[in-house]
Amino acid sequence: MLGEPIEVQDLLVTAVNSAGEEVEIVKRIGFSLAAGEVLALIGESGSGKTTIALSLLGYARRGCRISGGSVRLGATEVLKLPAKELRDLRGHRVAYIAQSAAASFNPAKTLMEQVIEAALIHKVMSREEAEAKAVGLFRELALPDPDSIGARYPHQVSGGQLQRLMAAMALITDPALVILDEPTTALDVTTQIEVLRAFKRVVRERGTTAIYVSHDLAVVAQMADRVLVLNGGEIQEQGEIDQILEHPAHPYTRSLLEAARPDQKLSPPPTTPGAELLRIDDLQVGYGARDADGVPAKVVLDHIQLNLARGRALGVIGESGSGKSTLARAVAGLIGPSRGAVQFDRRELTPTLKGRTPDQFRRIQMVFQSADNALNPSHSIERILTRPLDTYFELDGRERKRRVAELMDLVKLPQALLKRRPGELSGGQKQRVNLARALAAKPDLLLCDEVTSALDTVVGAAILELLVELRRELGVSYLFISHDISTVRALCDEVMVLFQGRCVEQGPCREVIQNPQHSYTQRLIGSVPELRRGWLESRPSFTDSLEALA
Amino acid sequence: MSQANSPRAAGSQLPVASPSRRNRAPRHAMRWIGASLFGFWILVAIFGPMLAPHPVGALVGDDMFAGASAAFPLGTDYLGRDMLSRILTGARYTVGLALIAALLASSIGASLGILAALAPKWLDETVSRLNDALISIPSKMLALVMVSAFGASIPLLIITAVLSYAPGAFRISRSLAANLTTLEYVQVARTRGEGRLYIAWAELLPNMIHPVLADMGMRFVFIVLLLSGMSFLGLGVQPPIADLGSLVRENIGGLSEGALAVIAPAVAIGTLTIGANLLIDSLSASRGQQGD
Repeated sequence: MLGEPIEVQDLLVTAVNSAGEEVEIVKRIGFSLAAGEVLALIGESGSGKTTIALSLLGYARRGCRISGGSVRLGATEVLKLPAKELRDLRGHRVAYIAQSAAASFNPAKTLMEQVIEAALIHKVMSREEAEAKAVGLFRELALPDPDSIGARYPHQVSGGQLQRLMAAMALITDPALVILDEPTTALDVTTQIEVLRAFKRVVRERGTTAIYVSHDLAVVAQMADRVLVLNGGEIQEQGEIDQILEHPAHPYTRSLLEAARPDQKLSPPPTTPGAELLRIDDLQVGYGARDADGVPAKVVLDHIQLNLARGRALGVIGESGSGKSTLARAVAGLIGPSRGAVQFDRRELTPTLKGRTPDQFRRIQMVFQSADNALNPSHSIERILTRPLDTYFELDGRERKRRVAELMDLVKLPQALLKRRPGELSGGQKQRVNLARALAAKPDLLLCDEVTSALDTVVGAAILELLVELRRELGVSYLFISHDISTVRALCDEVMVLFQGRCVEQGPCREVIQNPQHSYTQRLIGSVPELRRGWLESRPSFTDSLEALA
Repeated sequence: MSQANSPRAAGSQLPVASPSRRNRAPRHAMRWIGASLFGFWILVAIFGPMLAPHPVGALVGDDMFAGASAAFPLGTDYLGRDMLSRILTGARYTVGLALIAALLASSIGASLGILAALAPKWLDETVSRLNDALISIPSKMLALVMVSAFGASIPLLIITAVLSYAPGAFRISRSLAANLTTLEYVQVARTRGEGRLYIAWAELLPNMIHPVLADMGMRFVFIVLLLSGMSFLGLGVQPPIADLGSLVRENIGGLSEGALAVIAPAVAIGTLTIGANLLIDSLSASRGQQGD
């Protein structure tokens, strides 16, 4: 079956808010897409992109309702279908690929059983035919051992493979329309590139019409023919991908494009390295029982060596599981190393929190990734900021108020927010409070663990800008942990590349990024999507596995 | 593709009121019924003895097990005493003892649970295993052993109820606290050099207080039933004081004739526990709704 054209008119989706009022979350939008075309829905969280994608299935999330408009797939009016026909449509003519493949598979069933499930439910083919077809899809999607991978269970394959298996699951019934909802967002860049390649090939070869939902413009540039830029449930701009990338008409699109390239706008402030602040010698960290030599059952970090001078910023880059967060936790004292030493300002730090001096606690502050979990939801912003002041400094009431106000100014938040609780703040505001709390201690070293990763592109870029500014104004040093090369390049002087718990490359930031020596670093940097069409095709396909690099 | 095949997908598109609105009316009704039943018994516990028309031990009626009449709205008991006065006076013991015991059990269990979650592993393990040992003893058996060893007295009944129900509160609060300690704001507090007591009090407790309170309500109901059961066996509150459980027991002779004297205190226990249950359920349900 070939793709079918889709036409959306006046689509209105409403939701009931906490006050019981009905609010519009998708505001009468319309677009049309020819058969076989790929349309990207681009926008930040809350822009309505997933809601629109789901309504193409005639589905609204809990608490939401499709209140008006029409969705025509070929000759079918999706929104007017009775429940039974809607069920026939879903997973058969329209298929959906969700962001987290890990959460979409049943861990107790084999992969093959789940991949062919839709075909059997809709009775479009026999089990044998479906299994043969699935094996063909596995091959097309470049999965290893296509003949036998179906017999495995979800936990026995990697995240990138699972995402491709989900694509096979969606394509088994030859749908006319495929909806891909942030399908590579949860993947590491080196994995993402292979998954994108596989998706692109199957969608193109089959001529399926596809909707690609993403917040990442660089990924969209590889996948889509046309783009719809959304904000607050309204279309800001739509057009061909080239036009959007080269000549964006709407200011919102321009701000998205700008935020996608933070390192072209920002650069680390010039500093002269001061005295040594942090020194790590031959560090080994792990979990589990230790053997006779004191080596833990699972070693997460090994042979880590680093020096950080006062006022400098060191970026630690690596993929999930590389041990980069563990490094920050070891310095903070949350996990005790099994070997090696951490020196702070020429004095050895105790391996865990026990035995550290109040002054050491003050001078090393940790800033965590998740804006939601980093702030106690039952404390007001004022209380959150006051607590470190009371812990480390003896201030009288007026002095304390002045300092809190100063901190709010420093992170560019209005004073009116002081009485609020974290739940009433936006993600970016929460991350600013998170930073302000760390700065309240007047620290020498900030341990930043993926502080921009959970934020929308534009908000993340603003936080990054703030971090650069704080470096310049306060001279604070950073150990900046990230998986994103462009944020590291915008903030850090030096970079350290971690791969499977070991440092594979270390040096001045610009040098390492422009001229990577280790093959893993080359691959990591080469896998970051660029904001231009044809980048994906221009990348060589890596045939060797990542494990071979270790 | 669970989303695509989910059965509620079809319903959500129909032009009907959202599910939350449909459920709201009965939930409100439940809360009101629960709150009024529970509130009624609290008031009875406080003011009951003042309202009682007759002294609690006075033999005022001519008949034993008399039915309802204008003089004795709930009839008379096996000695011809006024049932209404006896219930009005007895409710204080059932409600009061159970409230004190539930408060003690929950606060002891919750504080130990939170501290165990923050304690070093060996201490946490020791306390938790001891707690498991306590939890494995059936509460009624523990109560029988305690009473036969030390005799029935009001402080002993409270201690017994606390011993039976604090371990459950410990379990629940320890697991709530253990989940919270992995959250980043608790880690931040630890790297700030905060002590365990501050973390327990300021960072953990406010974020787990709702489930802990709901748990306390449930423990209250269990303790009412435990104490009533003990009194029914004659091992609880001792005469001349009578709680609702002992009222059922002493009038058990009237059961064959369906005497009001045995039905009335039984209904009293029923309405008290059902009221408390309804109230807790509706409160925790409305919090669940706010949460999502």
